[in-house]
Amino acid sequence: MYDVAIIGAGIIGAMTARELARYELKICVLEKESDVALGATKANSAIVHAGFDAKEGSLKAKLNVQGAKLMEQTARELGVKYIKNGSLVIGFDENDEKQLELLLERGKANGTEDLEIVRGERLKQLEPNISDSAVCALWAPTGAIICPYELALAAMGNAMDNGAELETDFEVSKIKSEQGAYMLCSNDGREICAKFVVNAAGLYSDKVAQMIGDRSFKVHPRKGEYILLDKKCGNLARHTIFRTPSKMGKGILVTPTVDGNLLLGPTSVDTEDKSDKDTTAQGFARIIKEAAENIKGIPFNKTITSFCGLRAVGDTGDFIINSPKERFINAAGIESPGLSASPAIAKLVCQMLWEQGLDLAEKSDFIKCRAPMHAFREASIEEKNEIIKKDRSFGKIVCRCEGITEGEILQAIRTNPKARDMDGVKRRTRAQMGRCQGGFCSPYIAELIAKELDIPYEKVTKSGKGSYILTGKTKGE
Amino acid sequence: MRELVVIGGGPAGMSAAIAAYESGIRDILIIEREESLGGILRQCIHNGFGLHKFGEELTGPEYAYRYEQKVHEYGIEYKLSTTVIDITEDKVITATNASDGIFMVEAKAVVLAMGCRERSKGALNIAGARPSGIYSAGTAQKYVNIKGYMLGKSVVILGSGDIGLIMARRMTVEGAHVKAVCELMPYSGGLARNIHQCLDDFDIPLKLSHTVVQLHGKERLTGVTIAKVDDERKPIEETKEFIECDTLLLSVGLIPENELSEKASVKLDGITGGAQVDQNRETSVDGIFACGNVLHVHDLVDYVSDEAEIAGRSAASYIKGELAKKAEIKITRDEKIRYTVPQYITDEADVYFRTADVYKNVTLTVYKDGKAVYSKKKLKTAPGEMEKIHLDKSVIEGAEKIHIGLECRQ
Amino acid sequence: MKKELTCIVCPLGCSLTAEMEHGKVLSVVGNTCPKGAKYAQTECVSPQRTVTSTVRCTNGAMLPVKTDREIPKEKIMECMKIINNCIAHLPISVGDVIIKDVLGSNIVATANMK
Repeated sequence: MYDVAIIGAGIIGAMTARELARYELKICVLEKESDVALGATKANSAIVHAGFDAKEGSLKAKLNVQGAKLMEQTARELGVKYIKNGSLVIGFDENDEKQLELLLERGKANGTEDLEIVRGERLKQLEPNISDSAVCALWAPTGAIICPYELALAAMGNAMDNGAELETDFEVSKIKSEQGAYMLCSNDGREICAKFVVNAAGLYSDKVAQMIGDRSFKVHPRKGEYILLDKKCGNLARHTIFRTPSKMGKGILVTPTVDGNLLLGPTSVDTEDKSDKDTTAQGFARIIKEAAENIKGIPFNKTITSFCGLRAVGDTGDFIINSPKERFINAAGIESPGLSASPAIAKLVCQMLWEQGLDLAEKSDFIKCRAPMHAFREASIEEKNEIIKKDRSFGKIVCRCEGITEGEILQAIRTNPKARDMDGVKRRTRAQMGRCQGGFCSPYIAELIAKELDIPYEKVTKSGKGSYILTGKTKGE
Repeated sequence: MRELVVIGGGPAGMSAAIAAYESGIRDILIIEREESLGGILRQCIHNGFGLHKFGEELTGPEYAYRYEQKVHEYGIEYKLSTTVIDITEDKVITATNASDGIFMVEAKAVVLAMGCRERSKGALNIAGARPSGIYSAGTAQKYVNIKGYMLGKSVVILGSGDIGLIMARRMTVEGAHVKAVCELMPYSGGLARNIHQCLDDFDIPLKLSHTVVQLHGKERLTGVTIAKVDDERKPIEETKEFIECDTLLLSVGLIPENELSEKASVKLDGITGGAQVDQNRETSVDGIFACGNVLHVHDLVDYVSDEAEIAGRSAASYIKGELAKKAEIKITRDEKIRYTVPQYITDEADVYFRTADVYKNVTLTVYKDGKAVYSKKKLKTAPGEMEKIHLDKSVIEGAEKIHIGLECRQ
Repeated sequence: MKKELTCIVCPLGCSLTAEMEHGKVLSVVGNTCPKGAKYAQTECVSPQRTVTSTVRCTNGAMLPVKTDREIPKEKIMECMKIINNCIAHLPISVGDVIIKDVLGSNIVATANMK
């Protein structure tokens, strides 16, 4: 019997697990995919919003500002890269400027600090490559960037280091309520019992809520396509560059990532299909057109990959954080600024559980910090040689584009939550994420995975389930 | 302090090291990231190499072996499983491996011979999800030939570069069904002989002016939609066609790997993606030379060896203080010629180039200070094939400007 | 009857035209060298190919191999079957015969394997 079961190992599930892991609790996180952070968390704009976007008084506004303030500290504890690069919402005409004034006021009301409208030379100074047609911008120095799946992996890993359990490939198909507990059944016949349940199932949180009879909300997917450019391009933009929001939405943004790439996107297309992550020719065209209007000189031929994410959009216009039934908490409809708000959402969910009777006795031996996965990558040569002396595998480079060593890959396969497939290694180490996109190193990485997990080479997958890479040996035994 | 460090132990690196040795240099170190010498030739198990260098047809491993033997015979030192992570303008090389850790070597001269990489699917922006079953042709070649594993049962290949053509045959003889090779351009990027012996022999259709517009499948690839493209290379909606397949191979171009060269402040050529060099294959940085596919993508390994020998000999002269001053006459060219290597010249040399399109009945003319001094006719040129023109002493002497023109009837 | 061919003898890949009558090649044009004419002769009558492939070794590694002379084109798949059924015993040097008498050729190693 678990004290708490969390459904969904996205950023909300992982951060909540980490928050709960501070206490003497038996925690289990159930994830329908083969790894952490494969839903909305995997593919979004990777931004910690300053907090001027959401409507005054909304949960989104409140939790965004709170979450953004907690984020720097959280990221430091979890060993996750966080860069406070600031954001600029650029305006092209007087109408835009009026909009920006409204945003400024809204931001002040929400509690966002240091907002300012900048123009002309000042704007150019802040962002040298800004489009010549940008006349003004709302500058939010507290805006930041972070890698969302790195954060989710680290939060989950830290929760596991503190005793939380993770069940992957566990798709909850039925929830039975019996004798003061919930029984969660997977579609492959596994069962888990827990006193409290947190529904952080992202896109599927409405479906999960319906399993206990809560039909008060719906979640639908909104597609967002992105283009990622080579590291050579990351310094084209210093800030995260938004466009002034209009009736058509927030538009395409241009931002550096914590790893030095340049990220362009997202498109915004409502759909019904919760598994439709197809990129489209129209999407590419729109991203390229609008991104070029924001920042000058983007070399689109330096594209290294493109991808599509699905945001989990609730039908209430705000985050849906409530308790439809005793000892059951919904944390649903967590769209933007969900990543920014996640540390605050985790705290709020914790508090709601406590209010419903969950005993929160602090662990005396809580491990607060997690060693950064990128520690080796960023160490000095002397430090690296010390590590190599102890473990020779850190001397051998496997992914030449990103300079990732065998040691780092093995670490990703051995550290909570353990990587079990090619994409899992990629998200944890950046190996295969560079210019050649795994062209050279993937046969080696597959070998390391097979050896570590003690499975045949041809059983290694790209991303779990049916995503096999090889069909078998060409010949011989 | 080393006299010469060669980065890369493939065909270019080995040829350069051997040539330097034969020019009297003894203190040579080859640094190779793989566990054996030979570079990409190790996985190119097909034949077709060496006709020009050895007068016989060899497979990739056999071609590499000839050079490996020389390296051993001369006792040239090499480090395997060692990756160079930095080179400075002062020729200090930082490398890492499991036994030495991270170490530095200072060299009097450096030959860059790191080769090239394949253009990846990410760069193509093909619509669809991201299922497994999509490989660049060279990666597929490694899985099949070195690791001994099959990738799938039914295959479509995008791009008709030589590796794609070779892999079409290789997958077929290993039991897969290769359904089509799609090429965006109206002509193939590969050698004519490979179209004949790799596609025609096995009745594999080559669809020119076609591209893949959509990937299907969420976990593993289940098919691709292909379409014919118009003159501007835009897909034509009505020509869309679904092909069921579990594997897509990409053979859509090679890119010289010059991240290290850039660290050493070597000036690159925007078109070749490699360094700008003179006829000695010396880069903009004194004592740093480049050759092979890191300099520009070659069609034949034999020419890689030729070029690497020049680089190796020049590096030897540089070490001995005998290398002539760097060339300063820039070779200019007509638009129909995409690039030339070398880009600068002071002495007689073979100048290699590729044309921008397929041209027939071609006349190549060399202009010395505006005056035509030499011309040569060719029946046909294609971007997939490297061309060569020899500029002899009489052409170079006293020249201020050299220009290469290309005219074609049609 | 005229037959259009691409010469595969060398990377030039000359476009050849063979003039044929009653299954015999009367003349060849388009070739740059005598080898091209010879190629056209056989290609029109009984095309020949070198086969390259791999053999799995006792240690699991893949050994690259080739037929030491050309074999009839239509026998390529038959040749592959024979190659695929073989296991190579180490150590092996370049040129070692791995399988004897395969469709008129020997299967030989093209790399060293320890």
